[in-house]
Amino acid sequence: MSKIEVCGLNVYYENGTVHALKEVNLEIETNKITALIGPSGCGKTTFLRALNRMNEVNDVMTKGKVFLDGKDIYNGGEDVIQLRKKVGMVFQQPNPFPMSIYDNVAYGPRIHGTRNKKLDSVVEESLKKAALWDEVHDRLEKNALKFSGGQQQRLCIARALAVNPEVILFDEPCSALDPISTARVEDLLRALKKDYTIVIVTHNMQQAARVSDFTAFFLLGEMIECGRTTQIFEKPKDKRTEDYVTGRFG
Amino acid sequence: MYLLERVRTFRSRRMDSGTEEKIVEKLLFIAALSSTLIVFFIIAFMFKEGIPALALGWDFFFGMIWRPSHNQYGIVPLVVCTFIVGIGALVIAAVIGIPAAIFLAEYAPAWLRNIIKPCVELLVGIPSIVLGFFGLIVIVTYIRDSFGGYGECILAGWIILAIMTLPHVISISEDSIRAVPKGYKEGSLALGATQLQTIKKVILPNARSGILAAMVLGMGNAIGETMAVLMVIGNPEIPFIPSSILDPVRVLTSTIVIEIPYAVWGSLHQQALFALGVVLFIVVAILNLITTAVVRKGAMR
Ligand SMILES: Nc1ncnc2c1ncn2[C@@H]1O[C@H](COP(=O)(O)OP(=O)(O)OP(=O)(O)O)[C@@H](O)[C@H]1O
Ligand SMILES: [Mg+2]
Repeated sequence: MSKIEVCGLNVYYENGTVHALKEVNLEIETNKITALIGPSGCGKTTFLRALNRMNEVNDVMTKGKVFLDGKDIYNGGEDVIQLRKKVGMVFQQPNPFPMSIYDNVAYGPRIHGTRNKKLDSVVEESLKKAALWDEVHDRLEKNALKFSGGQQQRLCIARALAVNPEVILFDEPCSALDPISTARVEDLLRALKKDYTIVIVTHNMQQAARVSDFTAFFLLGEMIECGRTTQIFEKPKDKRTEDYVTGRFG
Repeated sequence: MYLLERVRTFRSRRMDSGTEEKIVEKLLFIAALSSTLIVFFIIAFMFKEGIPALALGWDFFFGMIWRPSHNQYGIVPLVVCTFIVGIGALVIAAVIGIPAAIFLAEYAPAWLRNIIKPCVELLVGIPSIVLGFFGLIVIVTYIRDSFGGYGECILAGWIILAIMTLPHVISISEDSIRAVPKGYKEGSLALGATQLQTIKKVILPNARSGILAAMVLGMGNAIGETMAVLMVIGNPEIPFIPSSILDPVRVLTSTIVIEIPYAVWGSLHQQALFALGVVLFIVVAILNLITTAVVRKGAMR
């Protein structure tokens, strides 16, 4: 079953002069990990940010439809706040707020009106899901910026989990991390799959192959090919996909 | 022999560039030193001239009456008025300037920003005498006609000084709002926060030190400002602590300007005016130190 269905998505930057995504169609399966791969500048981030309307923070024009559970998120009536609550995001650079671990995780629930009493358990649960609880449970009041990059990134995952999303978007979540932290985040992704639908942008072919169920290959703003990860990596249909996954370009 | 010659010329050429370097370094040092010396010279001079008045001690610093004709040099009313005028102007500038900065940095579309920004910057370029003149003709008249009294008063001073500090408050605040890392803002929005929640909970707390610095700096400017204020605040013969914002007042700067012409050369009166200069200098210097400290603390985080 597909959680998200993207139909004829076009995104333009710079008053329409930069056509960053061209007629992209893609389905994203529920409780699976979908990896987006492709050379730099092909539009992966733009695609990802179209899924929770984060592109709107910049000056962009979006055309096409993106259905979340069958409802078009770009159809005027949809509430962007509710959308972003349902579709969380983890960024390339760990970006915890300069406040305590606790306040970071509690940030989302607080703005959505969770009361102080329930907050403690939400924070604990989210940190546990993000596999960070054991490391930080006795330092919840410490400033988040004092922790390592890998811990910060898991904190950002916990922060996203705390608002109880259904989909989580990861934009190259490991590119700023060392191999050990990367392995932990990958383990985490596999564990989260059970409860969440995950979309991950990655530059790392092995990572896509290791963690994802489905893979979509982007090139110059177009979605060239998508399918089961094993198929994309072992029997790509398109020559360009084959060249890319075998490392012949990009 | 030939080789030796080569080595020698090579050596001397190196020596040349070495001495040149040393000379340039010395010149740069002298330039740097001269500005420092000038500052020290002025400060030393001010203190030296002011000392006899400063030496009045309690009667000077805590005296309630400033009346040179009776040899009374108590600065309390002047200092109090200076702060009343400075702080009030700053509050007005902050109440208008901070929201304006938030609007410019977070809400305004590019075209609108391109209109507002240059206008704000143009405000800086208006000579203070022109502003004072405007204040005297327009604001003072308006206040006199609608509220009564002299018209020349604290309120007029507030308005004029607020106009003068506004552009600084707006541009420094806007810069510090823009300097908040994009990741914080996007992180907040991505969690489903509204723009307003994001501004309140993430952007303003992180821009706080910059905005505070803008305030303190604005305060320093307001207190040191002379011409425009002088023209609109009334400057009563005997300064007093005001009881209404429609009262005329005297501040440190305006007192110096007004009394210098008839202070007898070398008299205690003249020395007292220098002492006022010292007080003004110390107040502004402290405000600048606070600004630097606030900015540095903000940068460290
Ligand atoms: N804010 C923006 N303004 C203008 N053009 C942009 C903007 N963001 C992206 N683009 C352009 O859109 C295209 C797609 O960019 P995008 O960031 O989506 O690529 P990407 O696949 O994520 O690349 P990378 O792997 O380097 O992160 C690029 O050509 C880029 O120059
Ligand atoms: Mg990207």
